[in-house]
Amino acid sequence: MTDVLEGADAADRAVADIHDGATVLIGGFGTAGQPMELIDALRRRGATDLTVVNNNAGNGDTGLAALLATGRVRKIICSVPRQSDSWVFDDLYRSGRIELEVVPQGNLAERMRAAGAGIGAFFSPTGVGTPLAEGKEQRTIAGRDYLLEYPIRGDYALIKAHTADRMGNLVYRKTARNFGPVMATAATTTVAQVVDVVRTGALDPENVVTPSIYVDRVVLVPPEAAR
Amino acid sequence: MSRSLTRGVLTKDEIAKMIADDIPQGAFVNLGIGQPTLVADHLDLERGVVLHTENGMLGMGRAAVGDEIDPDLVNAGKIPVVETPGASYFHHADSFAMMRGGHLDVCVLGAFQVSVRGDLANWHTGAEDAIPAVGGAMDLAIGAREVLVMMTLFSRDGSSKLVPECTYPLTGVACVSRVYTDHGVFEITDRGVRVREAFGATVDDLRQRTGLALLS
Repeated sequence: MTDVLEGADAADRAVADIHDGATVLIGGFGTAGQPMELIDALRRRGATDLTVVNNNAGNGDTGLAALLATGRVRKIICSVPRQSDSWVFDDLYRSGRIELEVVPQGNLAERMRAAGAGIGAFFSPTGVGTPLAEGKEQRTIAGRDYLLEYPIRGDYALIKAHTADRMGNLVYRKTARNFGPVMATAATTTVAQVVDVVRTGALDPENVVTPSIYVDRVVLVPPEAAR
Repeated sequence: MSRSLTRGVLTKDEIAKMIADDIPQGAFVNLGIGQPTLVADHLDLERGVVLHTENGMLGMGRAAVGDEIDPDLVNAGKIPVVETPGASYFHHADSFAMMRGGHLDVCVLGAFQVSVRGDLANWHTGAEDAIPAVGGAMDLAIGAREVLVMMTLFSRDGSSKLVPECTYPLTGVACVSRVYTDHGVFEITDRGVRVREAFGATVDDLRQRTGLALLS
């Protein structure tokens, strides 16, 4: 059963059980789809020794970057850590205060998809013959080379969708969808922040992108409350 | 047939236009971050070329301006864009399955180096203090049916970026089919690198400057 949390402290209540050492999948591609209010709540929560999975490693000084700045993220798994506005991560990395695992973007998504789909591992052609193949099992299948890739599972997924119904079915908006639907399947507990919650039955079942089975908590962050 | 010396060295925009002119009608195309995005300015999207962006969209349009800017609608470079009629959205695993599964006809990527057998190096300079960032480059390099590279032929120090063997860390092995540069267009073939066109130089000049046994 999905909990729908509303009110000023909804985001804080939604992340209150995230424990030290947790692996947290955080949605977003840059700032599109980044669940800012949930990340801020995780920062206030103060859990430490976290592993964070995101496409990037923070932009500017807000959201994920602000969480990294607390020093409570031990490791980040991402495809593009370095960007024009990733100075928070850059400083942490250069001073040896954060561990980095760089994963090709498609493998990153597929490894989480595999976790959510109960796949033990899979062979991907991405990265063959590159430095990122080091230490990975390689196999030739029907004349093509592949690398063995393992799932990435989260204790929590923090994602942003557009609209939820009271059961936790989700629809997204444009390219803010990105990693949300995949991360929702790959975590033990999935928390989705949304700008609107509608009554059950108000979403067209044909248009639901993430079915409620994957969603544990919905946090309403109305547009006027969002930064 | 080489058009040697019939025109000067190409500008970035001229290279982009040449690539756009070579992309067939109805193709599904991914344009990499940086210079390759210039190709979009020369594509006639009405002609049925459909742009894919790795962050989950087919039917991407031009850069958004003014009131069109929507933080939920961005391209792979996080630049706000518009959607075209017939556009669709999908999640990241689907977006990369589209690449890996061989459904994209063409991708255009920038490069630090391309080897004569089509190896691509475009994600890491190998410098020790560099922070590695791979993004979708490795997935695109092995995924699209045809990988086109857009780059200058020579780096700032004058060395050729078309090389016998890449010295930078690889993005993909034997994946590039054609290289568009300011000095010429190069086809990577089983027999070697063939100069399709040369600009502001003869094929002999290019052989000399690249040190490669280029076919004409």
